[in-house]
Amino acid sequence: MTVLLETRNLIKHFRGVEAVNGIDLALPAGRCFGLLGPNGAGKTTTVELLEGIQEPTRGLIRYRGEPLGPRFRQDIGIMFQATALQDHVTGRENLWMFASFYRRTLPLAELIEACALGEFLDRDTRKLSGGQRQRLLLAIALVNDPELLFLDEPTTGLDPQARRNFWELIHRIKARGKTILLTTHYMEEAYHLCDEIAIMDHGRIIAQGAPRELLAAHFDDVVLQLPLADFPDPAPPLSLTVMRDRDAVEILTRDVNAAIRELLAWNISLARLQIRPRTLEDLFLELTGQELRA
Amino acid sequence: MNFNRFWAVFVCRNREFLRDRSTLTWNLLFPISLIAGFAVAFSGPGLALYKVGVLGDAASGGESAFLKTRHVQFIPVAALPAALPKVERHQLDMLVDPAGRRYWINDESPKGYMLEQVLRGAGARTDFDKQTVSGRVIRYVDWIAPGILAMNMMFSCLFGVGYVIVRYRKSGMLKRLKATPLTPLEFLSAQVVSRLWLILATTALVFAGTDGFIGFPMHGSYLDLFIVFLVGAISLISLGLIVAARTTSEEVAAGLLNALSWPMTFLSGVWFSLEGVHPVLQQCAQLAPLTHIIDAARAIMIDGAGLAAISGHLLALTVMSVGFMAVGAWLFRWE
Repeated sequence: MTVLLETRNLIKHFRGVEAVNGIDLALPAGRCFGLLGPNGAGKTTTVELLEGIQEPTRGLIRYRGEPLGPRFRQDIGIMFQATALQDHVTGRENLWMFASFYRRTLPLAELIEACALGEFLDRDTRKLSGGQRQRLLLAIALVNDPELLFLDEPTTGLDPQARRNFWELIHRIKARGKTILLTTHYMEEAYHLCDEIAIMDHGRIIAQGAPRELLAAHFDDVVLQLPLADFPDPAPPLSLTVMRDRDAVEILTRDVNAAIRELLAWNISLARLQIRPRTLEDLFLELTGQELRA
Repeated sequence: MNFNRFWAVFVCRNREFLRDRSTLTWNLLFPISLIAGFAVAFSGPGLALYKVGVLGDAASGGESAFLKTRHVQFIPVAALPAALPKVERHQLDMLVDPAGRRYWINDESPKGYMLEQVLRGAGARTDFDKQTVSGRVIRYVDWIAPGILAMNMMFSCLFGVGYVIVRYRKSGMLKRLKATPLTPLEFLSAQVVSRLWLILATTALVFAGTDGFIGFPMHGSYLDLFIVFLVGAISLISLGLIVAARTTSEEVAAGLLNALSWPMTFLSGVWFSLEGVHPVLQQCAQLAPLTHIIDAARAIMIDGAGLAAISGHLLALTVMSVGFMAVGAWLFRWE
């Protein structure tokens, strides 16, 4: 598989702080790659290095085997989490301006249809809703029909409908064979959209692979969930691993039948029992810890 | 330099300015109101330079020559206790009691001193023979109008480019543009040219609008005046670029721009002539582009000077433009 973008021992220091500390990445063409990590993990810095917004302290970044240059600028599309657009200018005019920067562009009509911009295209960008604004920013990122699309937390702040709608757009872009680098705080989003993910912490990649493979590699158990009210207090001396949440109890087990037998033996009601597989969020918390990051 | 990219940024910046009605209106109305205000304030029979309170009936002063002095505003006052604090606080430059043949001044007041000299010498004969200068009559508003036009241009250039670029940077727009093939040269050129034509157009409108009801003297060439404003605007915009080159905070940018614009306003002779001020200050004023714009504009409008006569000012403005632009481009960072 062709590698579109790769890094070798990528390092970025800011006044003694090691924001990115030796990252090796390879983004295969036509795949959606997710970069996950808690706040301060170095994710944004890494993405900005890959986008060419920042210069690395050390290390190599290669696009199609060459250093980032004018061709890279022509080939990429970027959607930041929050990009300001010029005031008093409409969506159509913004699209026209960004389209003017590139040699190759998508037909405007195609872009408008793909991102469903029709209803608000001629509206002042200050008057757009959050979802409309994100769709316009995605359209701007796609205006040059990019080979590589950077999406930095593209659905933060969107309501569930707008988020699902956005995922559909991403799926359509993927279907056209485009390469996507996605950063997100939503594990469900990463699981849905990404072919491969990397989890970062303290400036390093601590896990990388396809979401299902990573889950399979790290977990061989499932989670039994019971409402806290259904669980005895004090807790009986179970042989199972029990974790208490604010309003639920989670029991980790490799053998569901044995666990249920043990719970029944202690006369614990299983009427509201739920069984779920391990998720990317479990993996994320297990690898990066539960403490709050600034 | 890719023209398409330059043109796209130029057009969008123009749209942003022209559709921002409050900014556009302010850019047009502020200088017109200022010039009109001066025209009204300083029109009429003569400007009152001093204020003298007259206690009691002014007629009791009889045919006092002092009470007929021009450019002095005589204000009747009823009671001495109420009038004396006004002299103390410089609200009145002098208080006269014609019936009692006495007067009060504040010894700290230069105006009081001058009035005292006038009062003592009023009607007295002198050994000097009076001579009258001849030539064009120049109203105060005629003298001040080029300064106000240039000052308005200065604020528009500095804040219109400097502040706007800092706002773009703070909002993340420059970061987004950095990720495109747009080069700093294309972006900055578009900002400069957009602001330049908008300033020249608004200045021309303000000039024509105020000239329509005030009637400026124009003894030189309109083309020469245009050249002065063109080169002047480029130098001021370039100065704004230096402020905008790396500043990331609008508050800091506003502070820096004010730190540049207000000393220039006071030192460049917008409101008063620099004749007689300390020589060091006069030299400092020569470092400000506004000084050269105002001096050159006044020379053209009032004295009918040609390009040769103002070539020194044009040269200074050109050198400043090149220097400021080079520094601004060198310092510029997208983020």
